[in-house]
Formats: sequence, structure tokens, C-alpha cells
Amino acid sequence: MSEIAIQDIIKPENLVYEKTKLMTDKTLSYCPGCGHGTTHRLIMEVIEELGQENETIGVAPVGCSVLAYEFMNVDMQEAAHGRAPAVATAIKRLWPKKVVFTYQGDGDLAAIGTAETIHACNRGEQIVIVFINNGIYGMTGGQMAPTTLPGMKTATSPYGRDIATMGNPLKITELVAQLPGTYYVTRHSVHTAAAARKAKRAIKKAFQNQLDGKPGLSFVEVVSNCNSGWKMEPVQSNIWMEENMFPYYELGDIKVDGKLLSK
Amino acid sequence: MGELRLMKGNEALAEAAVRAGSDGYFGYPITPQSEVIEYLMAEKPFERTGMVVLQAESEVAAINMLYGGGGTGKKVMTSSSSPGISLMQEGLSYMAGAEIPCIVANIVRGGPGLGDIQPAQSDYFQSVKGGGHGDYRLPVLAPASVQEMSDFVPISYDLAFKYRTPVLIVSDGLIGQMMEKVELFDQMPRITDKEINEKYPWATNGKPKGKERRILTSLDLDPHKLEKHNFHLQDKYKQIEANEVRYELIDCDDAEYIIVAYGSSSRISQKAIQLARAEGIKVGILRLITLWPFPKKPIDELVIKGIKGFLAVEMSAGQMVEDVKLTVRERTKVEHFGRYGGVIHSPEEVLEALKTKIIGG
Repeated sequence: MSEIAIQDIIKPENLVYEKTKLMTDKTLSYCPGCGHGTTHRLIMEVIEELGQENETIGVAPVGCSVLAYEFMNVDMQEAAHGRAPAVATAIKRLWPKKVVFTYQGDGDLAAIGTAETIHACNRGEQIVIVFINNGIYGMTGGQMAPTTLPGMKTATSPYGRDIATMGNPLKITELVAQLPGTYYVTRHSVHTAAAARKAKRAIKKAFQNQLDGKPGLSFVEVVSNCNSGWKMEPVQSNIWMEENMFPYYELGDIKVDGKLLSK
Repeated sequence: MGELRLMKGNEALAEAAVRAGSDGYFGYPITPQSEVIEYLMAEKPFERTGMVVLQAESEVAAINMLYGGGGTGKKVMTSSSSPGISLMQEGLSYMAGAEIPCIVANIVRGGPGLGDIQPAQSDYFQSVKGGGHGDYRLPVLAPASVQEMSDFVPISYDLAFKYRTPVLIVSDGLIGQMMEKVELFDQMPRITDKEINEKYPWATNGKPKGKERRILTSLDLDPHKLEKHNFHLQDKYKQIEANEVRYELIDCDDAEYIIVAYGSSSRISQKAIQLARAEGIKVGILRLITLWPFPKKPIDELVIKGIKGFLAVEMSAGQMVEDVKLTVRERTKVEHFGRYGGVIHSPEEVLEALKTKIIGG
């Protein structure tokens, strides 16, 4: 067998996939195995494919993805905890032709920012919200989130989430789907290549809705793992997610083109 | 001569917002300033100039709308009253950190807590000492008339963009609600997108072709970098202190005593010094126009001139008086006369306080 040199392989005609230039070269701050990096990349690929690199303003949250602006190579604003939908509302109202999105975690979007989330959805702001739900506060060290499952152990529910005293996990995505202001509401995951491809199609549809001036907000939830917060190895955390998170947070479209899908 | 109208202070502020070329007003109703958003909604500036007016779900949302809008280089403004301004402190701290320009008008009411809806000046500390968390200051303008409710809007935008900072207009329920003649300035054009791109390279409105992206944030996890950012902010505040002090001296040339006041209390004090002068008491007023930066130099000059005493007249339990004392440094007498909780001084009781606390005290 003859030796194949690496430079013989690196040729334009052999290129099947490359990192979008809308992701910076900065090393991701996320734990290995976490879904944030994949979701970042999908959003940036979509913005590049839609040719909106110079027309997009993103709003980063507080939480693990507080530094999203370090990785997403578009104009970005870093919002206070939970306030991204209000920040995005004004940007879109003042620049109606620009593409505006928020990227938020479960604590940001479904706890401290519930009012901003619901009212931006209810007003039908023409923005995209990408919501990462991993059922835990990752950044602050694994405390209970509004989406933490019943019985799930976290730093602030060390004996498991007791729904009698700590409340039920909040299905905020189903909640916002009920509002007339939402145009597209869907839930995905990015833990397998097939799931990531589906999630990307959803994210693209969400941004396309905004570009087409569809009446209302497009809301994409990504159910993700938090292997560090869940205290599992990445592969194990993805299995746990499939077995525990997906039955509660069912994947798939909830509202399409302004119409709720019947189950 | 500009257009003359008889207006409420709140209405003058709202009309000035349109005429100053605001791109957006985002607010939440609260007494005694709800006329601002009511006037704007009725006036339809979206038809007059293209200005956006939006009723937010809370003051928290409103201030964060200013963060978003101001961060794109647009002229944005909100107004509220004391409890609502407390809710905005988080956003103001973030905007100070991220250096985002905007105007926030506070039509102050009595406190603490829900307090009441009568005029007060008890938000002085909150306005001039930072208000939210972290080391920052905001320029604060204090109108004393309906005319100034209008005039201070374009001045505030100039300061906000010159220094990339939120600017506070601190008025009170008396000036917000009272009607006076006001000469309105002519409509100013709204800034164009092209002008924003030329003037404000920091504005996040879509990454320019072939250039680096812009990021607006108040976060830096590296303490040494954050300290450097704080040095930059402090340098900026020093520049503002050096260049932007505004005040008015009323009948101070021959004065032996000085009343220090601002806003409504300075109006009441004007009547009080007329009464005093009728009795032969030589008293003048140092009216603060900027509450921060605080007019240290004119106070210092008055001390050197030999003023026998300063009376700080404010509708609070004694807030501004602390800055007067810090400036006077015990070189002469400084006393405070306040009414609290929404009660306003009468000119007679101001004169009485001058006599008992300063002249005879």
C-alpha cells in the first residue's frame, strides 16, 4: 500500500463539511458533550445560508451561554438575566428589516424572564427565540431550574424535586404556543446527527418566517443535556435525556404557520 | 419664536421627545407621569416622525427595551416615577457598564415603598450616587419648570451620546402635573441609519461588511480587564464632572445667605427669598440644574466670598444636603430644611427655617 500524504487529501474537491465562518475560532467554554456548541453552530449556519450575516443582531442571555457572543460572529448584545426578549423587541421595532434573535436557557427564559418571554410572544414580536432546556442551572453549579423533572436531584433539590413543595416542571413552550402572537413553536434536540439536522431545519424555518415577515414570533426549544450538572458522562446523559426528558418534553412541532397541531 | 402652548410638564416632556427626534419611547404607566405615554399614544408620533411608542409589560421590560434600542444607536427614552425607577436600576447599571445612551425621566413621588403619588425629591441619592450595583454615575438634569421639561430633552440626548451613558431627567409630581406656558423647539430630524453607521461604530445593528462584529456587554470575567474598563468609566465621569456642571445663581451678588435647592423646591424658594428680601434679609439661591455632576465650584466660590450660611431646601429628609456639606467642609454653616412624603414646603416656612436654622441658629 502506498502512503497517502495529508496534503493530498486536503483539496477543495474533497471538502464535504466546514465550520461556518459565523462561528469564531474561540474555544467554546461549554463542557465536552454539551448541546450548546452544536446549537450555536446550527444557528450560525442558518444565518450564513440565508445570507443574513450583516443583517443580524443576536441577544445573549445569562447562564452557561452568557458568552454566546464570544462564539457567534454577528453583532450581539448581552442582556440582563431574563430580559433578552425585551431587548430584542426594541431592536426589531427600531430596525424592522434586520434579523433579530435571542438565545436563552431555561432559568433565563422560563424563571426570571417569564414575563418578558410571555409578553414578547403575546405581542407577536417578529423575532426568533432559541430556548435551550437542560432542566438545570448549569452556570451557577447545577441548581434546580423551572424545567427540572420531578424527583430530579440538583444542588437545590438534593433529595429530588418534590413537586408538592417545589412545583411542577414548567412546559413554557406549550404555554407560549397557546398565545395568538406565536407563529411557529417547535421542540427538538441536537444529541444525534439526525436530531441536529431536524433541529437545523426548524431553526431555518424560524428565521425564514422572520425574513418573510410572517405575523408572529418563532420559538424553537432545544432539549439538551447537561452532563456536568446531571453528574453523568456525556453518552450516559444523552441516554438519560432520551429516557426521562423526552417523555416529559415531547419532541416535534407544536404550532406551525400560526396553527396549533392536534395531538 | 417657537410654538407657544399651555401644557402639563409631562405633556411637554412627551412632545419634546417627539421633537428631539426620538426613535423610540418604551414605558409603563405609573402616577404621576402616565400622561407621558398617554400623550404619545394619542399624538401618534409613528405617523408624525416614524417614532416607535410601545407600552411595555413592566418597567423592567421598558428599561431593557432601552438597552436594546439604545444599543443600536437609536435615540430612546422612557419615563416613570419612583417605584418604577427602582425597578429600572438593574437595567441602568447594565447600561452604564455597556455604555448605552438613553434618557430616563423620573417624575418623583413620595416614598419609601409604594409611598404616595404626591411630589417629592427623595430619590436624590438613588439618582446621583449610582442607583444600581457597581461603580457608576449618571448625569442628572433637574427641570424646575414646564419649559425645562421640554428644553432638557435634547440636552439630555446630547449628553447621552457624547458620553455613551444613560441620562436622568429628575423632576417631580408637581412639575409633571402643573400647567405652564411652554415655548416648544422646532421638530428636529430623526437620525438616519447612515448617520448611525458613520457616527456610532459601536452600535449593534448588523455587522458591517468586511469588518469585525460589535458586542455590547457589561461582562468581563477577567478582573484585571474589568478593572481597566472601570478606569475608563471613571475617566469618563471625571470628564463629565469637569465639563457638564450646570446651575443657576439667583440674587446671589449681594447675598449673605444662600438657599441651595433644585426643581420644585427652588421654585418655592424663589418666593421665599422675595419675602426675605422684603424684610431686608439678603439671601440668594443656588439652583442645581445638574444634580450630578454636583456644582462644587460655585458653592466653593460662595464660601470663599464669605457666605454666612447655606440652607438646603429639599422635599426629602436630607439627601442633597450631604453633598452641600461635603463641598462646604465645615467652613461655614450648612443646615437642611425638608418636608417629606409628598408634602411641599410653603415659602413662609422656608423663610422661617432660614431665620431659625441659619440666621438665628
